[in-house]
Amino acid sequence: MSELSASDPNREETPDSAAVGESTDGEPKRTDPRTFLVQAVQTVPRTIVPLVAVALATRDEGSFAVPVMLGLGVLLLAAITFFTFLGWWRQTYRVGESDIRLETGVLSRAARSVPYERIQDVSLEQGFVPRLFGLTSVKFETGAGGSDEIKLAYLSNDEGERLRELVRELRDEADGVAASAAAQEAREEQGAQEADAQLLFAMGPRRLFVFGLFEFSLALVAFLGAAAQQLDFLLPFDIWDFDFWRGLVAGQGEQLAELGPIAQALGAVAAIITLLVVGVVSGIAKTFARDWDFRLERTPKGFRRRRGLFTRTDVVMPVHRVQAVRIGTGAVRHRFGWKSLKLVSLGQDAGNASHVVAPFAKAAELTPILEVAGFPLPPRGLAWHRTTGSYRVVSALFNAVSFVLLGAAVAVATHLFVPERYDWLWLVAAALAVMAGFTAIQQLFLWRVERHAISPRHLYKRSGWLAPGYKIADRVKLQSVEIARGPLGRMFGYVTLNLGLAGGHFALPGLPREEAEALRCALLASMVETDFSRLVK
Amino acid sequence: MNEDGAHSETVATQGDEQSLQQGHPNHPKAMRVEAVLVALPLLIGALVAEYLTPFPNFLIAGPVALILLLVVIMLPHRRYAVRGYALSEDRLRVVRGMMFHSDTVVPFGRVQHIDVDRGPIERYYGLATLQLYTAGSHGDVISLPGLAHQDALDMRETIRAHIKRASL
Repeated sequence: MSELSASDPNREETPDSAAVGESTDGEPKRTDPRTFLVQAVQTVPRTIVPLVAVALATRDEGSFAVPVMLGLGVLLLAAITFFTFLGWWRQTYRVGESDIRLETGVLSRAARSVPYERIQDVSLEQGFVPRLFGLTSVKFETGAGGSDEIKLAYLSNDEGERLRELVRELRDEADGVAASAAAQEAREEQGAQEADAQLLFAMGPRRLFVFGLFEFSLALVAFLGAAAQQLDFLLPFDIWDFDFWRGLVAGQGEQLAELGPIAQALGAVAAIITLLVVGVVSGIAKTFARDWDFRLERTPKGFRRRRGLFTRTDVVMPVHRVQAVRIGTGAVRHRFGWKSLKLVSLGQDAGNASHVVAPFAKAAELTPILEVAGFPLPPRGLAWHRTTGSYRVVSALFNAVSFVLLGAAVAVATHLFVPERYDWLWLVAAALAVMAGFTAIQQLFLWRVERHAISPRHLYKRSGWLAPGYKIADRVKLQSVEIARGPLGRMFGYVTLNLGLAGGHFALPGLPREEAEALRCALLASMVETDFSRLVK
Repeated sequence: MNEDGAHSETVATQGDEQSLQQGHPNHPKAMRVEAVLVALPLLIGALVAEYLTPFPNFLIAGPVALILLLVVIMLPHRRYAVRGYALSEDRLRVVRGMMFHSDTVVPFGRVQHIDVDRGPIERYYGLATLQLYTAGSHGDVISLPGLAHQDALDMRETIRAHIKRASL
C-alpha cells in the first residue's frame, strides 16, 4: 500500500512546505485570553451556590453572619480568580518543528513534549459555554490510552482548526506513507465491509447450553437471599433464625422427627438439589442472555464480534491492535477440553482492554483464530524454562505462614472474646489452616507445570495448576522491560521480569538473575527493530 | 539492613553491559530536603503523642526522632548511590531501589511522549525529572529524577530526534 502514497489524492491538499515552515515558528503562546471568562462563567455559579446555601443556613446566627459570609465569598472569588489567572499566565504551548510542547505550573513547572509521529488524532471539543465565546478545546491523542495527552483549553475556533490542520500536515509529512496507507485502507473498508467476512467462530444454542452448565453460579441464590433480607417483614417467619430451618429440615418439631432419620436425610438432599437447580438454571440463563448467537468474523477491518440476546453488542477490533492473547479454562471444564480465548488489545475500548473472542471452544477451534491474530500456539521443540525452586519454596512458606497466622488470630480471638453461639468461627479457623496446606502444596505443583519459553517472534507462558492456561505475547509489541527484585528475592536469588504491554501485564516471577538478563537482552533486541508508529498502523 | 550488600552487588552487575551514570551531585541534597519535609510532620505528631500520653519523657519522641534523623542523614546518599541510568543509542536504562530493586529498560521506539518536570526543590537545586511515557499498562511511566536541568533537556532532544528518525 505504501507505494500508492505519491499518487494519493489526499496529498494534493497539503500546502507547500514553505507555508508549513512559516507557521511552525515555534513561538511560545498562551491559550486564548477569553479562556479566563469561560472558566469564570463555569466556576462562579459552582462557588456561589454553596455560599448562598451557607448564608441561608446561618442567617439566624446573628447580625454579623451574612456580611461575614459575603466577605468570605468575595475573598474566595478573588483568590480563585487570581490563581486561575496565574495558571493561565504560566501555561504556554509551542508548535515546534517536530513536536508540540506544553509548559504548565505556577510553582512546579512541567514541560511536556509530544512528537508529531506519536499523535494519532487531533480532536476538537466544544462545550456549551466555550461555544458561546467561540472557543474550542484541542486534544492531541497519542493512542497511549488514558490521560497522558496534551489538552489545550481553550483556543479560538480558527486557531483550533489551524492547529489540527497543521499537526495533520506535519504528521503526514513525518510519516506520510502510513497516513495515506490508512486512507487507502479506509476506502477499501467502505467497499468491502460485509463482502468477505469470514466466520471464525460461532456458538449455537446447544453449545450455549453446555457452556451454561459450566457457568453454574450461586449468584442468584445470593440475590434471592439478599432480597429476602430486604423484604423479610413480608415473610411469616424469621428466615435468619437457624432453629426455624433446623425445625423445617431436620425435624426438631413433630412431623419429620416422626418419620425418622431417612426423611431427615431426604429433606437435606432436597434442599441441596434445590440449590443446585437454581445455580444451574441461573448459569444457563445468564449465558444465553450474554452470548446468544455469538459470532466472530474476520472482516477487512479486523475481528468483528457480535453477541447478546437483550443487549446485542457489535465490536470490531483491528488485528494489528492485538498485543497479546490469553487462553484460559476452568478447573472442571478443563477435564472436558473446553477453553476460552481472550485478546489483549491496545487500550481503545473503554473499560475493558481484553476481548473475549471465544468464550467456550475446543482447542481445534481456537487454532484458526490464533493464526489470524498472528499468535500461533507454541511450536514443538521450544526450550521451556521453570522458575527457580527457591522462589516456589519461599512462596509456599509465605502463603502457608500468612494463612496460619490468620487462622491462629481467628482461633485466639474466638477463644478469648466471642460468645458461645459464634462457635462456628472455629470452623473458619480450621478452614484457614486447610488453606495454608493447600497453598503450600499448590506452589510445589506450580513449580512442575508453570514455565515459559521464547520463539523467534513470541513469548509464551504456561501457568495454572488445576486450570492450565497460556499467555502469548508478541516480542515486538512489548513496551518496556523491568527486572525487579524485593528483599526476599535478594536473599534467595530470584528476580521478577515485568514486561510492559499495552492493555495488559506480562510478568515472569521467580527467574534466576542471569536468565532474566538474557531474556531481557533478547526481547530488547526484537523491540528496537520496530518503531511504535509502525506497530499501530 | 542489606544496603551495603545491595550497593556492591549493583555495581558488580553493571560491569557486564554498559557503565551506569550517576545523577547530579545535588540530587542527594534535594532528596534530603524532601526527607526533612516528610519527617517534620511525623516528628510533630510524635511530640503531640508524647504530650497527650502519660509515658515518661521522650519514650515516644526520642526513638522517632532518632529514626527520622537516620533517615534524613543516611538515606539520601545511599539511595543516590544505588541509582543510576544509562543512555545508549536506542534505549534508556534506569536503575533504582535499595530494598526493592528495579532495573528498567525502555527502547526509544516505544516512547509515547516525554516530560521534563521540576518541583520547587528541584528548581532550587537546578535539577529536573525526565519522564518517558509508553503505551504499556505496567510501567507506563519511566521516571528518572535528579538530572541537571540542561542534561534532562538534552536527553529529551536526543530521544525526540531518535523517535523522528525511527518513524520516518
